[in-house]
Amino acid sequence: MAWVNAIIQGVLTGGLYALFACGLSLMFGVMKVVNLAHGDLAVVAGYIAIGIIAVTHVPVLWSFVIVVPVMAVLGYALQRTIIQGALNRGVLTTLLVTFGLSIVIENALLQFASANSRSIGASLTLVRDSFSLGSQIQIGYLLVVIFAAAVIVLLGLQYFLSASKYGRLIRASADDPEAAQLAGADYRHVFGIAAAIAFGTVALAGMAYGMYSQLAPTTGTDTILLFAFAAVVIGGLGSLWGTLLGGVVLGVAQQIGAQINISDEVLAGYIVFLAVLVLRPQGLTARRTQS
Amino acid sequence: MSVVTDPATSSAAGFRVTRSRRNVAWTGAVALVVVVVLAMFPYIVYSGTTAILVQAFIVLTLASMWNLLAGYGGLVSVGQQAFVGLGAYFVLILALHGASPFAALPVAAIGCGVAAFPLWWLVSRLRSGYFAIATWVLAATIMLFIERFSSIGGGTGMPLPGFASLSPTLITAYTYWAGLAVTVAALLAIYILLRGKLGLVLTAIRDDEVAARSSGARVGLARLLVFVVAGAGCGAAGAVLAISQLQVQPSAVFSVNWTAEMAFATIIGGIGTIEGPIIGTAVFMVLQQTLQSYNAWYLIIFGLVAIVVALFARRGLWGLVDARLNLRLFPVGYYLRLNGENGSAKGRLMPLRRGREVADG
Repeated sequence: MAWVNAIIQGVLTGGLYALFACGLSLMFGVMKVVNLAHGDLAVVAGYIAIGIIAVTHVPVLWSFVIVVPVMAVLGYALQRTIIQGALNRGVLTTLLVTFGLSIVIENALLQFASANSRSIGASLTLVRDSFSLGSQIQIGYLLVVIFAAAVIVLLGLQYFLSASKYGRLIRASADDPEAAQLAGADYRHVFGIAAAIAFGTVALAGMAYGMYSQLAPTTGTDTILLFAFAAVVIGGLGSLWGTLLGGVVLGVAQQIGAQINISDEVLAGYIVFLAVLVLRPQGLTARRTQS
Repeated sequence: MSVVTDPATSSAAGFRVTRSRRNVAWTGAVALVVVVVLAMFPYIVYSGTTAILVQAFIVLTLASMWNLLAGYGGLVSVGQQAFVGLGAYFVLILALHGASPFAALPVAAIGCGVAAFPLWWLVSRLRSGYFAIATWVLAATIMLFIERFSSIGGGTGMPLPGFASLSPTLITAYTYWAGLAVTVAALLAIYILLRGKLGLVLTAIRDDEVAARSSGARVGLARLLVFVVAGAGCGAAGAVLAISQLQVQPSAVFSVNWTAEMAFATIIGGIGTIEGPIIGTAVFMVLQQTLQSYNAWYLIIFGLVAIVVALFARRGLWGLVDARLNLRLFPVGYYLRLNGENGSAKGRLMPLRRGREVADG
């Protein structure tokens, strides 16, 4: 029964990891930017939420309504300035700049917000309560909600990119920015919009993790970025549904690892990641272009 | 693209191929004097000064290795802390088995070079940005794996044994010399590598990877070699780190801040030049020493400066010097000079590539 429980918990945390990976995948798919500051930005979003809740005492769920747009605007602004500037200078510069951002953000959080861990909405019934399946399996409502949110975000992105007019514009700009520009689309603005959407999902990811567990300055890289990346690689680069599968595989691997030895949770996930890298470098789902 | 079959025979044709614009004998002599003077420091300065210099040696070695990876090999690794940590742990394990930590240092460097082969096999499947994060995951995995063994300190680490027979003064001096030796060896190794066939192949890859491949350059092999050398170099720096700290703690030796320091120092100094990391390390040490009472501020400022330099002055501080003075302390390229011109030509000349060497490199 403990194993069944581990697998159920793993599948559900997989939704969280897929949510982590959404923004990373989108930024790479559209702008060919591997955003090494991805996880730290998610933590920033979580900290903003904590700050807003502490100052204005808005209900926790309302803070989403504020933080997601704030991060989206930040995403647009960063894309139009630093990231586009780096892109114009080549892949190497993009990596250096986003890595620089990652280190700067992490240390700034350490400096201004201390190394303490913080959580979001620990007193909410949604966060605390769970329901039972049989006598040994307890499932937290929050994980179910996060899983559902991940599926909704992925579905929404899929629909938006493949069926909507703006999605078509984004795909065109991703395929060939100059050609899109010639056809009358300002690809820089389109990239800005794509970054805004990506940052919106980053905000969701950061706040979801803050409710599920705790946020600290180092959470951004050692949990969010690396897990997101592992989910992307396991699932297959460039596939949104592969990302969900990758997240689920990572989550299950971690829970099974934790079942064997509680301190091996994270290591077990990485071992599965490395196994996929060796045995099936294209990921579990066949390579497909999502954007 | 002018391809000269053999620089040695071409002087009769009205031009000469040289390594540098001007005579470099004096730079070699100055470098030798600098190393000799640095080697005498334990006799003339306080141990506080040598301790700071050991830190500088570690950062300089790391930055030079990262520069070889990213600036020449096009491999942006953000997981070089894997090798720093492995180097430190090699020293710890050997010291626990009774070896002197100083004797363990070269073994640690070789061990890290050997470890780089399987790690390369894993991460080389991914390109550019994904390669970067994969190296990061690898470093995290290695740390988690090492933390499982309580006999080498588990998650908290342990003090480094093997110093009992030495007086504190001697330990300080030996540590300093070890750091100096590692740095000099690292710089020399990189210089020799880049002057040789590997340098040509890497230059070709940097300019145009597809063209280099189609000319027969073994791009994969060249990158493997770069990764292995950088692994050994970072391992040696990690070994010096363990010795200078007298303890090994997993979260400290596997910290991503090592990669941040090496990358920022390289970018600020000038990526793709051997001189760049030296300048960058000097900037880093000044920043760190001035801001050391303000916790994380030195990394915040260092990172911001690196971002600005990466965006607006891509050739770094050394690039600014070079643009004015046309100076090379470590000439690794080739210059084509017409006879009678006496080096008065304006502008930078492309380093020449010898077709033969690229073909069998």
